[in-house]
Amino acid sequence: MERPSVKFVCVGHVDHGKSTIIGRLLVDTDSFNQGRLESIKKVCEAKGKEFEYAFLLDALEEERDQGITIDTTQLKFRTDKQDYTIIDAPGHKDFLKNMISGASNADAALLVVDVEEGVEEQTKRHGYILSLLGIKQFYVIMNKMDLVDYSQERYEDVKSNLLDFLGELKLTPQLFIPVSAKLGDNIAKKSEKLSWYSGDTLLGAIDQFKVVSNLIDKPLRMPIQDVYKFDDRRIIAGNLESGEIKKGDTITILPDNIQSVVSSIEVWPEKGKAGFSAGEAAAITIKDDLFNKRGQVIVKQEDQPFVSSYLSANIFWMGNDDLKVGKKYLLKLTTQDIECEIFSINFIIDSSTLEHIERVNGNIKKNEVANVIIKTKNHIVYDLFSDISPMGRFVIVDNLNVAGGGIITEASKELESRERDVKSISISPNESLVSLEERNKYNKHKSKVIWLTGFVGCGKSDIANHLERKLFDEGKQVIHLDTSNIRFGLSDDLDFSSKSKSEHCRRVAEIANFFRKAGFITIVSIGSPYLKDRDYARRLIGSDDFIEVFVNTSIDICMKKNPHGVYTKANDGRILDLNGVNVKYERSDETELVLNIDSEELDMDDILNKIMDVVSDEL
Amino acid sequence: MSKLDRLEAESIYIIREAYKKLGKLALLWSIGKDSTVLLWLVQKAFLGHCPFPLVHVDTSYKIPEMIRYRDEFVKKYNLNLIVKMNKKALKDGMGPEKGRLDCCKALKTDGLSMVMDEHKFEGLILGIRRDEEGSRSKERIFSERDSNFEWDYTDQPPELWNLFKTDFKKGNHIRVHPILHWTEIDVWKYIEREKIPIIDLYFAKNGKRYRSLGCQPCTGTIDSDADTIPKIIKELENTKISERDGRAQDKEDMHAMQKLRAKGYM
Repeated sequence: MERPSVKFVCVGHVDHGKSTIIGRLLVDTDSFNQGRLESIKKVCEAKGKEFEYAFLLDALEEERDQGITIDTTQLKFRTDKQDYTIIDAPGHKDFLKNMISGASNADAALLVVDVEEGVEEQTKRHGYILSLLGIKQFYVIMNKMDLVDYSQERYEDVKSNLLDFLGELKLTPQLFIPVSAKLGDNIAKKSEKLSWYSGDTLLGAIDQFKVVSNLIDKPLRMPIQDVYKFDDRRIIAGNLESGEIKKGDTITILPDNIQSVVSSIEVWPEKGKAGFSAGEAAAITIKDDLFNKRGQVIVKQEDQPFVSSYLSANIFWMGNDDLKVGKKYLLKLTTQDIECEIFSINFIIDSSTLEHIERVNGNIKKNEVANVIIKTKNHIVYDLFSDISPMGRFVIVDNLNVAGGGIITEASKELESRERDVKSISISPNESLVSLEERNKYNKHKSKVIWLTGFVGCGKSDIANHLERKLFDEGKQVIHLDTSNIRFGLSDDLDFSSKSKSEHCRRVAEIANFFRKAGFITIVSIGSPYLKDRDYARRLIGSDDFIEVFVNTSIDICMKKNPHGVYTKANDGRILDLNGVNVKYERSDETELVLNIDSEELDMDDILNKIMDVVSDEL
Repeated sequence: MSKLDRLEAESIYIIREAYKKLGKLALLWSIGKDSTVLLWLVQKAFLGHCPFPLVHVDTSYKIPEMIRYRDEFVKKYNLNLIVKMNKKALKDGMGPEKGRLDCCKALKTDGLSMVMDEHKFEGLILGIRRDEEGSRSKERIFSERDSNFEWDYTDQPPELWNLFKTDFKKGNHIRVHPILHWTEIDVWKYIEREKIPIIDLYFAKNGKRYRSLGCQPCTGTIDSDADTIPKIIKELENTKISERDGRAQDKEDMHAMQKLRAKGYM
């Protein structure tokens, strides 16, 4: 069986001894080659310094001169049990971007604290970054025990101080290990001076780190990286972030929502591979000659990611220029590169104190962490970081530089159904503390929107009034929103042009949606002749809660009723945009109920029964 | 998924990303094991094709077997190879006796710079690894060089997950390092698994073998009986000597590699 290979990162405040711990680990496990050790001894001699373990990692001349780690390094070592890549990360605040670069690739972490100095600013900030990056396996290394005379009391003080902070982040270190890296106490061998500590040595403890990946058991996600046509094959290439794919699979390509079938699995130089699974660099051909491009994501129909222009995320900002609300940036998520902006900031946090920062202009500054809603120019395909991590993380590019990173915490459902641009930025949707489920339980029925549409004079208002009465008498929470009443108030700035009709229809849909969310059976009576306007309402409200009733009264009868003489005026040319006369009514395939009416007198009981037949099951 | 499978997939992703995102590309092929593994990975990434040329910077001091192997390999796999020699420097008498670091700079760095200029390459794929030496251990996978060929190693951009910085200022060029995170042993295990035809200078003859290949005057052999790949792997698992121990230029100065590489050396 293959030896497990674990990557772990060493983080913590500057000068707390990260590089020394790693250097010591490497020397105590005999992992350093002579050449390197010799050359470092020479460097120390030349610089007139005592030998420093840290020089094993701090390879740059500037790092050795200043005694500080500037950039992240990776080194390999092995124990009897596992292979390791140790990622050393700088502790100085100026190099936080390098610390994050190192930590983003780790399976596990060591958070190093100098027990003499105690918990410092970067100890906390790095703890916060670990929680953001979703690194759950980590130990706290209490270093420099020799400087506090191996005092258990001091150890317990620092430990409880740190636990208070980590508790607020909901982070729980698996172990606290007291060590002195400089003297080798509890690194590879148990130290007698720390006899009050009964746990593992550092080396024993890291052998318990594990690489856990369950991405193969998750739904298929194959972001297309590129499409090749080197010969007569049209090859779609990309790494599988999760799941599996094989020849003959029916696939869905997002965000376009196109179906196809995998016709071949491509590999070189061998042949006959059956399929690819999570982590592999895949190449396939598909049955249909579709236009595919980078950034599309191949999934299976039954288990789909979010496709939306909005997402909620925790981000950390590393850019020298502030992150500004409303400014355009490039967002990179898997192979999707898309223009984006910060739609709103929910809160900004000082990651070393966990205090919320109040700032008038709302800009996010370097090294700050924030929870934001991001709006992308077009639809983007993603999952939550907690579900499928590679599909739920991204970077933000500002003027050619990677300046921020983030993980997706929520799909912004409230904003998802909106296609219009929201002009007021710097706002974010408020989540009510009373859920719709609670309201429905209280009302003893579900809330729906019953949308009555048809010509002027078709009888929709009349029907709506009776329907409202009937439902109210049955003890339901119900309201009737009539187009005329809204035109007298909220829509008094609108005329009857097609543009105004659409805007009026949108406003009515928005109000209806509020009442729906308040638990009401909301009856709307509105002409709404344009299909796109009714479809907008349907998408906003959600198809499940939207019942469209087309009151299909023949135009002759409507004209005979001639309310307010509108048909006379239209026929005289005095009204230019009357539905049924100069405006065509656009019918929909999705209409839940069509009421065909061919007499002037309405058989209201019959009509209400027909409506209730459709509605009752839904309530 | 085995470790080699994972390394292979990560490297292919990087190669494909470079091909999609960067401008005119070339692969720097030194004929050694690392860049030959890289060439293999490129062909895997593009299903048997190599959609950009190989560049070999020939110093004229290379071990003669390397040149023979190079020409045979190119013919066998039908590859597009550009060979560049800094003829002016050679004519002016440049050689290791003039100072090893000056020689490396003139014949390798400057030679590379010339071929990049001539062909207007914007991206260069290289087979360097973090575990080779200190300054390489600090490298990024997508690493920018300015128009003077210089590397600002004290202020490198963040590199998060596999979401690489692929947009750059015009005039700068990009070094792409797809096997940066591999070890020497990973490379040999992969060569064994994939049966990659590798130059035989690495295999012991008469108790000596090359562990790292370069120019004849500056590259030494090591004592070894490892004449097969499994024996090489076994030897590496137990050695305390570093890979580039036989490379004389590394020892000219305490931070020789850092200084050479800041000026554009591979």
